[in-house]
Amino acid sequence: MRSRNTILALALGVGLAATGAVAGTTAINGAGATFPYPIYSKWFSEYNKLHPDVQINYQSIGSGGGIRQVTNQTVFFGATDGPMSDEQLQQAPGKILHFPTVLGAVVPIYNLAGVDAELRFPAAVLADIFLGKITKWNDPALAKANPEVKLPDQEINVVHRSDGSGTSYIFCDFLGKVSKEWWAKVGVATAVNWPVGLGGKGNEGVAGLVKQTPGAIGYVELIYALQNKQAYGMVENKDGNYVRASVESVTAAAAAAAAAMPADFRVSITNAPGKDAYPISSFTWLLLYDSPGDKTKAKIMVEFMRWALGEGQKLAPELGYAPLPESVVKLDLEALKKIKL
Amino acid sequence: MATHSQRKGPSDLGFRLGTGIFALFVLALVAAIGLNLVWESRQALVKFGFRFWRTSTWDPVAGEFGALPFIWGTLYSSLLALLLATPISLGIAIFLAELCPRWLRPLLVFLTELLAAIPSVVYGLWAVFVLVPLVRALEAATPAALRNTALFHGPPVGVGMLSAGLILAIMVIPYTSSVAREILKAVPGSQREAAYGLGATRFEAIQRVVHYGRVGIVGAVMLGLGRALGETMAVTMVIGNNAQVSLSLYAPSHTMAAVIANEFAEAADDLHLNALIEIGLVLFLVTLVLNGLSRLLIWRMSRPPSRRVPATTTALAEVTR
Repeated sequence: MRSRNTILALALGVGLAATGAVAGTTAINGAGATFPYPIYSKWFSEYNKLHPDVQINYQSIGSGGGIRQVTNQTVFFGATDGPMSDEQLQQAPGKILHFPTVLGAVVPIYNLAGVDAELRFPAAVLADIFLGKITKWNDPALAKANPEVKLPDQEINVVHRSDGSGTSYIFCDFLGKVSKEWWAKVGVATAVNWPVGLGGKGNEGVAGLVKQTPGAIGYVELIYALQNKQAYGMVENKDGNYVRASVESVTAAAAAAAAAMPADFRVSITNAPGKDAYPISSFTWLLLYDSPGDKTKAKIMVEFMRWALGEGQKLAPELGYAPLPESVVKLDLEALKKIKL
Repeated sequence: MATHSQRKGPSDLGFRLGTGIFALFVLALVAAIGLNLVWESRQALVKFGFRFWRTSTWDPVAGEFGALPFIWGTLYSSLLALLLATPISLGIAIFLAELCPRWLRPLLVFLTELLAAIPSVVYGLWAVFVLVPLVRALEAATPAALRNTALFHGPPVGVGMLSAGLILAIMVIPYTSSVAREILKAVPGSQREAAYGLGATRFEAIQRVVHYGRVGIVGAVMLGLGRALGETMAVTMVIGNNAQVSLSLYAPSHTMAAVIANEFAEAADDLHLNALIEIGLVLFLVTLVLNGLSRLLIWRMSRPPSRRVPATTTALAEVTR
């Protein structure tokens, strides 16, 4: 009888103590792109270690989902790989600001038995492959760019995203710039009417399909190619050089854009000029309202953004993301002041 | 049941009202789902009309949406699954009801019903890692003579209609076989004894039993069809997600449930969203129509022929209703 009362009292005490510990935490919810999910989840967990009273939750539901949820205000912040269009911005109840956070790259991955070398993909050839005009690996256009590689007489199995995605947006944005036919026939969006190919769900789906299907070619975010140890090729940039995606080549692509950065940061840096620039690079943005209702959360997010643009950038390279160039970080920090706290 | 004479007390009325309300609730829920689907897709309904059902272009950039490839993919994969699953399910049901040694029966019943409990995503993962490579090897080994026919045309990628049909068949088997087994168990022993009494072999007696329970077995098959029509995750992982209308078993395809699962989260554009919800409406209507047809079939099969009145057949039909 007495022991039962003691147990109950102890349980009550522990319960109260637990609620006391939780009560001080501010939880902020965000949702959006899958592209930056690895770096965002690293940032949020590191920030939580530094500030245990701040818990930022992020759901990687896709760029379109992020835009929709932040417009509907079901989440406090959104994240997207493709900037919001003017129509989308108009639909929001308030003014939404874009803040670039990191740079990422989309790489062409392939599965060719016996070919271990890095293939070179001329820009037009990449577009023609995804248009379905080039159907064999030993096509003359591809062979010319890779003289030292023996390309097999095998069908190219194209793999693309079956779901809408910012990764697709970046890839289509590049193809639209280098191929007039792509621009006219397919267009640029998170989900397009792919002329050929199999659809995989998510970066993981595409990586999995390419890994399993002989003669396959697909596109994924750089980090997925690195993690899956998937062979990826070099792409011809605007200056005609074949560049392999890396932290340096992606940052080089952004540095060129910094000079002409629009005030709202909505710029595409695919096919950027510069001899070392990787052509399929992109900013990824965090979306915040300029006058949010909850000032406490707004203050916390601004503080977090300052940390992410400073200390946080150092964590990016090990995950395969390129840190923002200094010039962009400066503009970003300035823009954070626009949020009315 | 309702023809018994009973003393009607106030609690009886309450009971009838209460259970009646629950029944009406189900009806109201289905109606609400249908109405909501129509309302949320009105933009696409107005823009496309019946063109939606017969055009093949699915282009979110141009704003052109046609559901034909998805309708085709759903019906083709479900039909394929039924064709593959029905004989196997029937075989399992007959074995478990008639031929299985008594000591083995509980184990096999348990294992068959365990298949129904495996989540769809797990089936999908297994299919991606085990089934698809097997199908790819099969496709690569197809002789050239068959390759040139419309049914087996296409590069051996592994993912496609055949893989989808196979995984759906595996998912449908536990449902169909379980219900069919119950039907066969419910066949009165007198039927079997009568058959043996007339000198039937084991096989002929089983034939009699199956014929007796044919209405319920059709119901079991229709239950499997219902599962196959709505299956999403396992199918989207193995069907290739390519919206095209093709007769070939090797060609990648797409289904209505898969396109909704894939594109809904990212569809920021209103028309795209409306089009996806309209696909949901189309799936809803297709399921309703197919279920209605199967009910009609069962009703026709269970109607007593004019010569004799097998009251037990109608009772069996009532059991499966």
